[in-house]
Amino acid sequence: MLVRFADSLREPANRAALAFCAGVDQARFTGVVETASSLTSVFVRFRPDQVRRAALEDQLRGLLAARDWLQADLPGGRRIWHIPAVFEGDAAPDLDAVAGLLRVSVPEAIAELTADPLRVLALGFAPGQPYLGFLPDRWNIPRRTEVTPQVPQGAVVVAVRQVIPFANAAPTGWWQIGRTAFRCYDAQSDPALPLRAGDEVRFQSVPSAAWAKLARDARGGAEAETLP
Amino acid sequence: MTVEVLTVGPSVSLQDAGRPGGLGIGLSRGGAADRFGYLAGCALLGAPMGVAAVEMAGFGGTFRFTEDRWFALTGAGMRAALDGAPLGWNATYQARAGQVLAIGSVETGVYGYLSLAGGIAAPTELGGRGFHQIAGLGRALAAGDRLEPAAPDQSVPGALIFRGPDTRAAPLRIMPGPQTAMFPADQIAAFEAAAFIRSARANRQGVRLDHDGAPFAAGLQLTRVSDFISEGDVQMTGDGTPYVLLADCQTMGGYPRIGTVVPADLPRIAQAMPGDVVRFQMITVEQAEQLWKSDAAVLADLKAQVAPRVRDPREIRDLLSYDLIDRPSSAVTGLDE
Repeated sequence: MLVRFADSLREPANRAALAFCAGVDQARFTGVVETASSLTSVFVRFRPDQVRRAALEDQLRGLLAARDWLQADLPGGRRIWHIPAVFEGDAAPDLDAVAGLLRVSVPEAIAELTADPLRVLALGFAPGQPYLGFLPDRWNIPRRTEVTPQVPQGAVVVAVRQVIPFANAAPTGWWQIGRTAFRCYDAQSDPALPLRAGDEVRFQSVPSAAWAKLARDARGGAEAETLP
Repeated sequence: MTVEVLTVGPSVSLQDAGRPGGLGIGLSRGGAADRFGYLAGCALLGAPMGVAAVEMAGFGGTFRFTEDRWFALTGAGMRAALDGAPLGWNATYQARAGQVLAIGSVETGVYGYLSLAGGIAAPTELGGRGFHQIAGLGRALAAGDRLEPAAPDQSVPGALIFRGPDTRAAPLRIMPGPQTAMFPADQIAAFEAAAFIRSARANRQGVRLDHDGAPFAAGLQLTRVSDFISEGDVQMTGDGTPYVLLADCQTMGGYPRIGTVVPADLPRIAQAMPGDVVRFQMITVEQAEQLWKSDAAVLADLKAQVAPRVRDPREIRDLLSYDLIDRPSSAVTGLDE
């Protein structure tokens, strides 16, 4: 069952999804075997042999009515991650096209992308991979009509006011404008999944020449601080 | 060591029942692409659900047994022979130490399974042992790999076969989902009426379907907020082509989904071969829920379809020495072993 707080991407709906997902976990409804929050919705997996859909829906509606979830606070213990990325050359095959869509120069596009921290709205697509938002309004650019067969691990892609550093090589309909050595999931590191929904990420533009050094670092040169 | 991988096809990997519960970190369940084919191997060998088996897409490999071990062949039918003697599919056999099992190209379906009694030992990562490419977990099997048993071969299964119902021609049942209403009624009607062709473009993440009609579109697709996707979802890509998502799909996507293939029918689309005709039938959420079964219930159903294997004449080396005409047939088709 899916509980959706908005059809389009809005910040309060994301906060509501995070808080409501935690609320469903705390409620421990019978038959619920998995919950997860996405950008604006909460996924509730249940076993039809343990609870009837209508009964669970009633319980979820009751929880929804219990408070104004759009006013919910962000989760506690959040961190900010500073993540270096290369925004030039082979790492940025679509950067010119994106700057064209934004009607700005390439340096202006990079400056805007790295100006402010972005929030981890949700983890998805592949383990630990964050959907980061929100870029300014003009970045509400559509996905490509043609899927790119493969972008490399660490590809920094953009669309619809969001940025994703790819956990693994994968096909995508988004625009690749950079690349980072940061690993969204690394079994050898502790924790293996560094990012949590609610954390913040700020990209730092570094030259291509810095790549080799970053690639040798377990966290790709990224550093984290706890937010007050 | 029990089995040495001598040669292996390009899409052969260990798979199990997958990694449930990982949606929140961006991990789809993965596991066997044809869950029923994999579970049929568990049913035949009396193995608990969750043991690792070898999944072979399109082509198998050659495997040398270094000790006696029962094994099962399930899922897509593939050419197979043990030391040159042809083997039937959906059955158990006992390999003797030193024998070589050769599994060639697929004959019906896509994903075949080689299960060993006792299961195959493999390290667990994020709750599973299977190769999950898009999640960056595990790897494909390679020549030189050694498969160790996870447990002793204690429950000698004997010679068994598994016979499931043949439902290949039936339409795939899909249930409406959170985005079905974004498609106009005439699009849904056209979708149900269409005869799709299973494209050659398919992998463990999904299967593309081609058709001659107009593309399917829900409008404003390219700026829609990304939302959860899961196996079985029928996703319309930017150019209006449907993809049916399989075990290794991503967990989030922005393309709209017209509905979700019910778990009971998902193995059939996974096993559809390039060029096969695929049709869909929309059912209600209530009907879909009545079809839902836990893995344990599916395994119990499959076990009920296991029967003693009657000797296949192809396996009888000295067939000509049998008097096939005058004896009652039971003497020829008696229980093997």
